[in-house]
Amino acid sequence: MDFLVQQFVNALALGGTYALLGLGLAVVFSVLGLINFAHGELMTLTGYGIFYALFLGLPFPVALLIGVTLATVSAMLMERIAFRPVRNSSPTTMLLTSFAVSTILHILFQNLISARPKAIPIPDALAGAVTIGTLQIGAIQLISIVVTALSLLGLTLFLKRSMLGIAMRAAAEDFNVTRLMGVNANMVISTAFAISGLLAGVAGILWLFQRGSVDPLMGFLPVLKAFIAVVLGGLGSLSGAVVGGFLLGFIEIALRAYLPDDALAYRDAISLTLVIAVLFFYPQGLVPRRESVR
Amino acid sequence: MTLLAIKDLVVRYGAIQAVRGVSLSVGKGEIIALLGANGAGKSSVLNACMGLAPKAGGSIAFDGVPIERETTEAIVRRGMTLTPEGRRVFAALSVLENLEIGAAASAELRRRGRENREAMFELFPRLAERRQQLAGTLSGGEQQMLAIARSLMSQPTLLLLDEPSLGLAPNIVDQIFDLIASLKTRGITVLLVEQNVELSLDIADRAYVLAGGDVVMAGSAQELRASGGLERAYLGAA
Repeated sequence: MDFLVQQFVNALALGGTYALLGLGLAVVFSVLGLINFAHGELMTLTGYGIFYALFLGLPFPVALLIGVTLATVSAMLMERIAFRPVRNSSPTTMLLTSFAVSTILHILFQNLISARPKAIPIPDALAGAVTIGTLQIGAIQLISIVVTALSLLGLTLFLKRSMLGIAMRAAAEDFNVTRLMGVNANMVISTAFAISGLLAGVAGILWLFQRGSVDPLMGFLPVLKAFIAVVLGGLGSLSGAVVGGFLLGFIEIALRAYLPDDALAYRDAISLTLVIAVLFFYPQGLVPRRESVR
Repeated sequence: MTLLAIKDLVVRYGAIQAVRGVSLSVGKGEIIALLGANGAGKSSVLNACMGLAPKAGGSIAFDGVPIERETTEAIVRRGMTLTPEGRRVFAALSVLENLEIGAAASAELRRRGRENREAMFELFPRLAERRQQLAGTLSGGEQQMLAIARSLMSQPTLLLLDEPSLGLAPNIVDQIFDLIASLKTRGITVLLVEQNVELSLDIADRAYVLAGGDVVMAGSAQELRASGGLERAYLGAA
């Protein structure tokens, strides 16, 4: 029983990180129709931001704040510099632009910082475990779950309560009609990128807690997973990204926990096969995007 | 006084010229109908006014100010907006949220949002009963009312209406047209694109008839009704 609960906690923690990353991808996709493959570099930027802040002797919480701010600002700059000039071009052009941004940042990290991992010392308090009854839950897992829950709550409140949030949901359905309401298109898109950067930053921190170092490719794998989660949930649907993220987290943890040792090497292949099987029955994803009837 | 002046407007989608040099004017307080068969370029004219269709030539002035280079949202802030063809309400948003976002154009509008929403609910009691409902679950007629109410939330001086009767039951169409006629008493000028010629001429002061992207007839509602050339314009023979 304890083992099961333990794995459940692990799955929530991992799935939550995928969900945050997937949400970041989905928020941008929903208003712009762009899958931003440079999203992973925002995570990596968070890592380097924290690394240099600690290097300068700043306290740990301040370093985290700097990391998240760096990702948020960088996401907005990405939009302003790289994506705005091609906004009205074909989706392929935008997609290739995001690959270019990703590659350029990746090379800059390699040449200006280092191709080797930089260690980020995680405070001892985070390395411990919390004991609940007979259950031991890693502090990092617990933090991941709490932070994910708070982020989801905050985003939901923003989207439901604020005018800008309502405008973003409207823009996800029908961008031109949203502009007919006098909503500033640049503002909506810039906000979408800011949110995606913020979420990438938060997810980046959770990811760093798990691995304790940052390297130029840090964001690649988790964002690839997040992309799979987004497709699984339904491209462009925000709740779909969350559902897909958690589902992928659960699949991965279940395979890691219950697969025989010999088969562990095939973990990713099996989880991707499961994803394909889901898409076979739900080609639009589990929670398809709602679009207004034209 | 002329509120909207369109001169030699050309709209081109790639190789296709949808509007070929249309000129028309809308005076303050008028209801102007823009009539014509499918594909005559009516919607393109409205979309071009709002900066949503690619303009290849000509000029558009609103309240004496050239607006052909302005963004859609800037034009809305100047006091002109469009209720698009097919209603296009935000289906996943509630009725209330659809109205809320209608007031997004300025801080002043947002401040008066609640008051203006209640005014809309008075104007459309059926929407008031459904304020928490998702717009996508409304009937076609209710969606059209919501689409118009949403546009009115930006307190436009000129409202462009694209085919408000499309796909609606006759008694609902009558209600919608009564409402459009009543906008005049609220000081709102209307440019109405319609397929329903009879009803449009009933409420319009003047009308233009488009065929093949050109204005082929223009005049007061009575003149057009008397001339008998409308059918020919619709058949594309004019």
